[in-house]
Amino acid sequence: MTELNAMETIVQDIIAALKDKPGALLPILHAVQDKLGYVPSDSVPAIAKALKLSRAEVHGVISFYHYFRDTAPGKQTIHLCRAESCQAMGGKKLEAHVKSTLGIDYHETTADGKFSLEPVYCLGNCACSPAMQIGHDIYGRVSADNFESIITQAEDIA
Amino acid sequence: MSITIYVPCDSTAVSIGADRVAKTIAQEALKRNITIQLIRNGSRGLYWLEPMVEVLTDAGRKAYGPVQVSDVASLFDADFVNGGEHPLYLGLTEEIEYLKKQQRLTFARIGITDPISLEDYISHEGYQGLSNALKLSQADIVKAVTDSGLRGRGGAAFPTGIKWNTVLNTPSEQKYIICNADEGDSGTFSDRMVMESDPFVLIEGMTIAGIAVGATQGYIYLRIEYPHAHKALNTAIEKAYAAGYLGDNIKGSGKSFNLEVRLGAGAYVCGEETSLMESLEGKRGLVRFKPPLPAISGLFGKPTVVNNVISLASVPIILDKGGDYYRDFGMGRSRGTLPLQLAGNLKHTGLVELGFGMTLRELLYDFGGGSASGRPIKAVQVGGPLGSYLPESQFDTPLDYEAFAANWTVLGHGGVVAFDDTANMAELARYNMEFCAAESCGKCTPCRIGSTRGYEVMDEIIAGQALDKNIPLLRDLCNTLLNGSLCALGGMTPYPVLSALNHFPKDFGVDDQANTAV
Repeated sequence: MTELNAMETIVQDIIAALKDKPGALLPILHAVQDKLGYVPSDSVPAIAKALKLSRAEVHGVISFYHYFRDTAPGKQTIHLCRAESCQAMGGKKLEAHVKSTLGIDYHETTADGKFSLEPVYCLGNCACSPAMQIGHDIYGRVSADNFESIITQAEDIA
Repeated sequence: MSITIYVPCDSTAVSIGADRVAKTIAQEALKRNITIQLIRNGSRGLYWLEPMVEVLTDAGRKAYGPVQVSDVASLFDADFVNGGEHPLYLGLTEEIEYLKKQQRLTFARIGITDPISLEDYISHEGYQGLSNALKLSQADIVKAVTDSGLRGRGGAAFPTGIKWNTVLNTPSEQKYIICNADEGDSGTFSDRMVMESDPFVLIEGMTIAGIAVGATQGYIYLRIEYPHAHKALNTAIEKAYAAGYLGDNIKGSGKSFNLEVRLGAGAYVCGEETSLMESLEGKRGLVRFKPPLPAISGLFGKPTVVNNVISLASVPIILDKGGDYYRDFGMGRSRGTLPLQLAGNLKHTGLVELGFGMTLRELLYDFGGGSASGRPIKAVQVGGPLGSYLPESQFDTPLDYEAFAANWTVLGHGGVVAFDDTANMAELARYNMEFCAAESCGKCTPCRIGSTRGYEVMDEIIAGQALDKNIPLLRDLCNTLLNGSLCALGGMTPYPVLSALNHFPKDFGVDDQANTAV
């Protein structure tokens, strides 16, 4: 089976399972991104057809929400918090360190494909700022000193 | 007596090592041939002491913290399993001042129980509110909530009972209860704590709301940034269904209520209730015009209650102990308790639930212990990214909706973020505009375009360019946002921006008092 066919099968299975839910579009997009890491533009026509929407409407929803992406992410996505509580505890300095360590800016992926970097506005971890999230794991009191050891460990479990 | 040890599973505790500590304690106990029961409780919210390990003793639960993996062996050496002395020993948990001084109503069980144990929930007064509600008429349930004086804890402080009453009296075949769990404000985590540490209380509150207004379907709109809460809620919902607390014919009452968690996708504006409903319907999260009110025409055009997590989680205790009991806490028109969240540059960050009325200064110093850095606290942002920065001269404001409003500040969802004197308020004001630009839904012009013009003009101000022109321009722009925006995102971004300018003009390169009037 080609890669495109495999993607289509996954998307069709998800659509079949979820399309009858009221307001099914977000649950479908989440399921596709959970499975594939992103919402491929090739999946849009099938989703649109199943929900009786135009492709533009589906694309509009994907592009509205920061979380949905239409390109493949790196092996791990680092969500770094930019919000006020983290700023109060050195978040801006950490942000500069993270970008220079990874050699990328927000919304980019490292050349070796290991990490994507995304900004996030609050992880609810404000009692232990600055915070970041890798996959489902949240890290508190992140600093320029411990950032590298955290991502090295994250790489190991990937 | 068997040995019971508690290590929190709360995501903040986990973010600083609680899982590793729990694993190490289990391994060390095995190595030493000590049989223990390890319970992953929620967090008490004393975050500077996390990971805080508790041990059950005859005298009560004793606490040790903050515990790192490297401390575990020495804790066993000190016989902590029987409450032995150790440098990390904190005494009886309930006697820790920070906790003892609080009035925990909504957070009564949090940190005490195993969050996903229905048995634990029931044995700690859980489902008594629902049990009472099932004996009451719908109007009487709504009356209890109205009598309690509960106002929306998401930030807008609209009386919950009035909202419920509108939905109750709007005839419709289908009505909905939505829990707004899109807790996006920086410095807030009380919703997250409830969902991770006591998910059943939210389920119970929503069930009571559904029965009260005649809604049979509920949705929890949860932000994607909270995966731990997602897991806890789904597990708890599954258990509630299995035990007959959700579904058709709840506990033999003939009443039905179904509940589902839906995930957001990283859009701050979806915390605005009409945008949230658009998102639930599978659309872009564009803010709707009001009227019609959601209580009359909400989700899929049906009458809908939209309440914050804390509002709904406060309902069970109101139905359990009565509206009067809850109303007797607080001051003025702010009744009951508010779970405040201490964040940012504070020594003792955490959750403080208290009746309204304490001053911000007491909260910052008596509870918060002053700044974490040891430097003076310069400003405090209360109420999230749309809340004003308060300078030291406003620290004596009592924590009360009206007292805050009188200062052109907002209490919002109770988030308190402290900044020390290294903070540059012009940089923060720029950030507030940039945040508004990043999160604007784009429906109304003042917010969509004004926020971008806002950070552009802030860039010029920070660079010291044409201040005599740019400062009035910034004020004019804020005036447009304030009065012309469709929702609070554009409408309240001027709160942090203008409060920064008014109270800290030097950071903007101006020192002209005449220029600092609101």
